[in-house]
Amino acid sequence: MNSNQLSINILVPIGALGLGVDESDVIRGIQLGAHAIACDAGSTDSGPAYLATGVSKYSRAAIKADLKILMRARNDAGIPLLIGSCGTSGCDKSLDWTCEIAIEIAIELGQQPKIAVIYSEQEPQLMVSYAEKGRIGPLPPNETFEPDLFSACDRIVALMGPEPYIAALKEGADIVLGGRTTDTAVLAAVPLMLGAGVGPAWHAAKIAECGALCATRPREGGVLIRVGLNSFVVEPLRPTNSCTPNTVSAHMLYENSNPFLLYEPGGVLDVTNAKYLAIDERTVRVIGSCFKVMPYTMKLEGAARGGWQTIMLVGIQDRKVLANIDIFINRMHAVLTALVQKAMGSAAGNFHISLRPYGWNAISGLSVKEPVAAPQEIGLLFIATAQTQEVATQIAKTCNPWFFHLPLEESQGLPSYGFPFSPAELERGQVFEFKLNHIVQVKDGFELVRFKYVNWKEHAHA
Amino acid sequence: MPKLEDLCHQIRSKNAGPFWITIDLFFKDRETFDRYSGAKELQPAQLGPLFGVQIDQVGCYLVPDLSVLKISYPRRDPQGGVVERDLHGGQQYIRIVDLELS
Repeated sequence: MNSNQLSINILVPIGALGLGVDESDVIRGIQLGAHAIACDAGSTDSGPAYLATGVSKYSRAAIKADLKILMRARNDAGIPLLIGSCGTSGCDKSLDWTCEIAIEIAIELGQQPKIAVIYSEQEPQLMVSYAEKGRIGPLPPNETFEPDLFSACDRIVALMGPEPYIAALKEGADIVLGGRTTDTAVLAAVPLMLGAGVGPAWHAAKIAECGALCATRPREGGVLIRVGLNSFVVEPLRPTNSCTPNTVSAHMLYENSNPFLLYEPGGVLDVTNAKYLAIDERTVRVIGSCFKVMPYTMKLEGAARGGWQTIMLVGIQDRKVLANIDIFINRMHAVLTALVQKAMGSAAGNFHISLRPYGWNAISGLSVKEPVAAPQEIGLLFIATAQTQEVATQIAKTCNPWFFHLPLEESQGLPSYGFPFSPAELERGQVFEFKLNHIVQVKDGFELVRFKYVNWKEHAHA
Repeated sequence: MPKLEDLCHQIRSKNAGPFWITIDLFFKDRETFDRYSGAKELQPAQLGPLFGVQIDQVGCYLVPDLSVLKISYPRRDPQGGVVERDLHGGQQYIRIVDLELS
């Protein structure tokens, strides 16, 4: 191939596996000359619960439906399929869950693809030892940390780069299922393996990471990236969709704190000098992308289980209350806290009550600037957080009569507000917290990574 | 003085990882961007107290080709804990839409 014509084409069917892949988009991408299908299946975007519990954000049925389309297309086209951050968090449990689905699909389709499974979950104690050796550092805004922070995590994952995916493909894998990986690394792996420019490969991957989010109709399907030596081209898979210099360059803003620099395992993508050029009304060429190699590091994500919550919701239309919401909420918080302390004593443990008036200032938690008209009604959310579900529920049950009947002033009669449910309290479950915002120094992209290949002999009925 | 909201065709906020919020101000046009993106009301010294974070932790990035000013700052508490009120940070931009720019 003439080096000027080098073009490694990656079909990115959707922003996240499980969102709903359209088979015609995939077929079109393959007709356009895709060399691989690559897609991300995870993120920290939806909060710490998915990592702490190892449960996927999307349902098994949704993952299976999307994966089935991709596995059928992959087999028909004879090209590899790469899925990163399997099962939302990319922890071992979620990765195994995804792998089981893939095996089930393969059996249904009568396929026996070579499936590589790449794990990147980390033992907390191992990370404590890395921290003690000074090989882990905090990322901004964190400045200091204690090594025992890692043992406080229920699960820790390290974000992989493209090297393990490339190694699996070189071993002949047809399908690579990865644990937690940077969104970009999954998409950049094949272009990097096949000799595309390093800057364009990473930049193209960043632009395509959310599928059609870099196009004028962000919810319509995916994109195809064509990565060359010095530039890349991006076009949407759906003929009715368009990529423009504005929609493509604006994607560098999305969920990024810095729109010009993107830190990856083993380097930093710098798009300060990138130019976005329209080829036609729906295709964009990007030049000037630069990747600067740095010592290899992997970002760590860690989550832990916290307290348990029981909640209640009540609707209030009482006009006296609505004219004095802040006074009312402060009074109720004081009354409920004192009530729990008196009724439950030390049995309540280290508890927390939060009152959030939806329709007033529940989202911001800030004082409402005067003058403002009283709302027609508010929904008042009560959240008790305690050390066990049982105690949280006991706190809610203790508070229930006052939450329901507390007047604005003691001298007033007994109002009754509007509960929507019976029983009024709902056991919401556990609170989860992100604990880590760190990077670990490693000698290469394999030091903290483990490989497994699906052995079809163990699935004899296939 | 004009309000920020009236100078932009879109203002949005979003989480940028579990520890940061980022706000994108899409000014109406390049002329408006050139005139107002450097306003003193949009500097870290003014924005830090509004978001309840240290001034030196507020980052402001100008993207002239898009007529965008991006503002990034750390969350006071990591995403999703006991005191969470806006998991994805998608409503945090409301705090600044009424700023009057000089």
